[in-house]
Amino acid sequence: MNVLRRTVLATAAAMALVPAAGFAQDTIKVGEINHYKRMAAFAEPYKLGIELALSEINESGGVLGKDLEFIFRDDQGDPAEAVKIAEELMTRDGAVMLTGTILSHVGLALSSFAAEKGYLYLASEPLADSLVWKSGNPYTFRLRTSTWVQAAMLAEEAAKTDAIRYATIAPNYAYGQDAVEAFKENLKRLKPEVEFVAEQWPALFKIDAGAEVQAIERAKPDAIYNVTFGTDLAKFVRDGGDRGLFDGRHVYGLLTGEPEYLEPLGDEAPEGWFVTGFPWYGLEDGTPGKTFVDAYTEATGETPKIGSLVGYMTAQSIAAAIEAAGSTDTEALVAAFEGLTVENTPIGALTYREIDNQSTLGAWVGTTAVEDGKGVMVDWEYKDPAPYMPSDEDITAMRPAE
Amino acid sequence: MAFLFAQFLTGLANAAALFLVASGLSLIFGVTRIVNFAHGSFYMLGAFIGIYLMEILPGAVGFWGAIVLTGLAVGLIGAVVEMVVLRPIYRAPELFQLVATFGVILVIQDLALMIWGAEDRLGPRAPGLRGVWRIFGEPVPKYDIILIAITPFILFALWYLITKTRLGVLVRAATQDREMVGALGVNQAWLFTGVFALGSALAGWGGALQLPKGGADLLMDFNIIGAVFVVVVIGGMGSLPGAFIASVLISVLNVFGVTYLPQSTLVLMFVVMAVVLIIRPYGLLGREEVAGEHGQVGAPETPIRPYGPVGQALVAALMLVLALLPLFADQFMLILTIDMVIFALFAASLHFILGSGGLVSFGHAAFFGGGAYAAALLVFHTDTPMELAFLFAPLAAGLLALGIGWFCIRLTGVYFAMLTLAFSQLVWSLAFQWRAVTRGDDGLVNIWPAEWLSGTETYYYFALILGVGGILFLRHVIHSPFGYALRAGRDSPRQAEATGIDVKRVQFVAFALAGAMAGLAGGIFVFAKGSVFPTELEIAKSFDALIVVFLGGVKTLAGGVVGASFMTVVEDWLTRLEYWRLLLGLVIIAVVILMPEGIVGTLRTLWRRIRNTDEERV
Repeated sequence: MNVLRRTVLATAAAMALVPAAGFAQDTIKVGEINHYKRMAAFAEPYKLGIELALSEINESGGVLGKDLEFIFRDDQGDPAEAVKIAEELMTRDGAVMLTGTILSHVGLALSSFAAEKGYLYLASEPLADSLVWKSGNPYTFRLRTSTWVQAAMLAEEAAKTDAIRYATIAPNYAYGQDAVEAFKENLKRLKPEVEFVAEQWPALFKIDAGAEVQAIERAKPDAIYNVTFGTDLAKFVRDGGDRGLFDGRHVYGLLTGEPEYLEPLGDEAPEGWFVTGFPWYGLEDGTPGKTFVDAYTEATGETPKIGSLVGYMTAQSIAAAIEAAGSTDTEALVAAFEGLTVENTPIGALTYREIDNQSTLGAWVGTTAVEDGKGVMVDWEYKDPAPYMPSDEDITAMRPAE
Repeated sequence: MAFLFAQFLTGLANAAALFLVASGLSLIFGVTRIVNFAHGSFYMLGAFIGIYLMEILPGAVGFWGAIVLTGLAVGLIGAVVEMVVLRPIYRAPELFQLVATFGVILVIQDLALMIWGAEDRLGPRAPGLRGVWRIFGEPVPKYDIILIAITPFILFALWYLITKTRLGVLVRAATQDREMVGALGVNQAWLFTGVFALGSALAGWGGALQLPKGGADLLMDFNIIGAVFVVVVIGGMGSLPGAFIASVLISVLNVFGVTYLPQSTLVLMFVVMAVVLIIRPYGLLGREEVAGEHGQVGAPETPIRPYGPVGQALVAALMLVLALLPLFADQFMLILTIDMVIFALFAASLHFILGSGGLVSFGHAAFFGGGAYAAALLVFHTDTPMELAFLFAPLAAGLLALGIGWFCIRLTGVYFAMLTLAFSQLVWSLAFQWRAVTRGDDGLVNIWPAEWLSGTETYYYFALILGVGGILFLRHVIHSPFGYALRAGRDSPRQAEATGIDVKRVQFVAFALAGAMAGLAGGIFVFAKGSVFPTELEIAKSFDALIVVFLGGVKTLAGGVVGASFMTVVEDWLTRLEYWRLLLGLVIIAVVILMPEGIVGTLRTLWRRIRNTDEERV
């Protein structure tokens, strides 16, 4: 009786879903898996970015003479669910490759799955560097700027000051730990005399800001390295500001300048922090970045986030790879992605490095300020990632034999 | 010294919002016996509504007025939820209502997203209370002081309400014996609605009061619910002073933990809860639970029996269909069926201790994830052949269950459930934080089956044989003398003891067996997905299983399996849609209201009615 019902339900589900696969292939489909509900604040701008790029690509003729189409699926932030959906996208819905995810662990699960099954996966947004380094594989490519590189950019700036005693605060999970590790390693290399006097590890999105601020204050650091983001950042900035934690101290913030995190802070945004982020408001007319910002604002009625940029470039990269491959065969696509150069992205030409499948997307660094009641980045510049990458030998040593 | 005092004040300030939310939950549980998972959602609603009201009401009067109004608004929402969703199902098996509250969570999450959008909101500052006062030279935010000052008033007001008013008398009476209160002519329905509304209002006030320290976002419902449950359990379910002491205890310990043991933030409160429950099984100020709270009150369960010839023939026929599935189904169909079999076995193992043993576990994912991790760790670190590593999954999970069960089995009811939850959180944090071994939340990847099993079809048969085998084995155990002893211990521990059954030992063994079977499911899972992450050990995973068992029908034998299959298919379907959480929540609520005995239980009743055999035919 139990088995009966199970089978009936399963068959019913199968019947309802099968017709989708029956249609003729008049578009080229890409499977996109993300946490649209669990991480709605980050996933929505990303999706809008993809949709903008798709409309531009398809207006100018699509790829290989067909329209490019993304199938968006929600994985609830669960790696196992993501793997199941990936299988469905590839075997039933006729997707030619996979992309997506913000959460690192879901990205890693998809990456491992892609390598096992021989599917191509472009990790658009995950933060974990192990996607391309320690757990890298030939089928996984990654767009988002590496955490190591962004931390190294901040460390470079930090080494210029006379600060010796550092405190760090980072969410207590793999990304936070990697980000702190990268900053420490880079800073110690540049300035061996620095000490790290406090390391704080609040649980992600459950920060006890008052206690964290007190603990950092107690260590009397000269400078603070912040990796918290989202609501944790808001609480940390509020409590730290009230208690004077940031007065007279250098503060370095990873991702703090991204509009996702800076905008909600309004006029309480921290001032004088040196951060990585995305100063879309400062891009100059005539640059490809400004063209993207204008098109995005017009199409969506919203200002762009970093996710919008990543989404836009994801679709651009995939279109370029399919064109370069000349087919939608996975092996051809993988070969096309190796060393692929995507022209005319908002940052100019973008390349996927042959050595580790990481893109050459860099980062904007600058100082935070409050203008017109809004947090912005000033004195910023866009930095190319190449000088901050680990050496080729290190990367080859990290990547498992291909 | 000044620094320690300042830290203590931080802890007290943090305790304010926590106490408000926890006292509401404690009150609701005390009177209605509902374990209200949706309580965090009322806290979230309080935050969003609070911001909205503060934006339209100006000045200091507006700010504090907005907070008061927020509580009233959330209380009203709570009353509606209670009347529409919970009132029809008070007669259902105990703890069944938690499934309904889970549906409410999903609905509120999507509604909040629709109304307020995805972006995080920063809470407005309290007018005139920005900045710090210096106490012994240490800066203390002004608003913290206000919170510390307010809390005793709230505690006093609640204490007055409960001990000095007629309503309080009724509430206390209902907490002790709600049936007697009903028999004395009190309108229980309105009492329950009133208490639920008050509890929700307290959660709403908690959400609004914390705004100047934080804000509103869509994750805050789940983020607070763990801490709130811990506080209520440590304090003793139903005890307001207990909730107060526990929220201060947890908050202050947390502050010191942050300073002196920064890595402890994930797990500290669960360690405290485990220690408290081991020493004081009913929390600090809780009372021993009265009998009949083991998920088994209400109408006596119909005696179980093996399927008759028709049932057996049907099962055999359907096994045949499943066995032949690869001949006519596509690859994804097989993958979906594998997922279904894994989840069904996991749910069946929980159903085994829950239904037959009367032990409600809130931490069953520890064994599912534990089994998956055990196998994955062997493969990852020592390149153990897949076949051997796979065997290790149920073994390790069984051993883990023996260890955890040894502590938990002496507790009963909700306290047993919460101690299993605490231990599963410990296992989770071990997997999450011990990066050298488990790689933390980067998880263990590339855990694929051996060459001969790697095809989807082959693995399908592998999963089918072991999964269905496991389910049938559990059924067999239920029908064996051991199963009878287990049910005897559930229905009537004293009589069972008198007949010579060592109830605790039988339960202990059953707990370990259920753990081993969950571990088997975890083993099949890890090689099907190729990776395992701490998400498989999360509270949410435990509740997934719990919900499908109740949804399928806790008082039936097939409930877990049917519930799991139902949920897998419905989820697979609905997540394709934009507002799938809203729909899934509504589906769950609908099933709960229309089928208070669960899917299988209600269908069985219906079937009997159709055949006009209301009498038991044993």
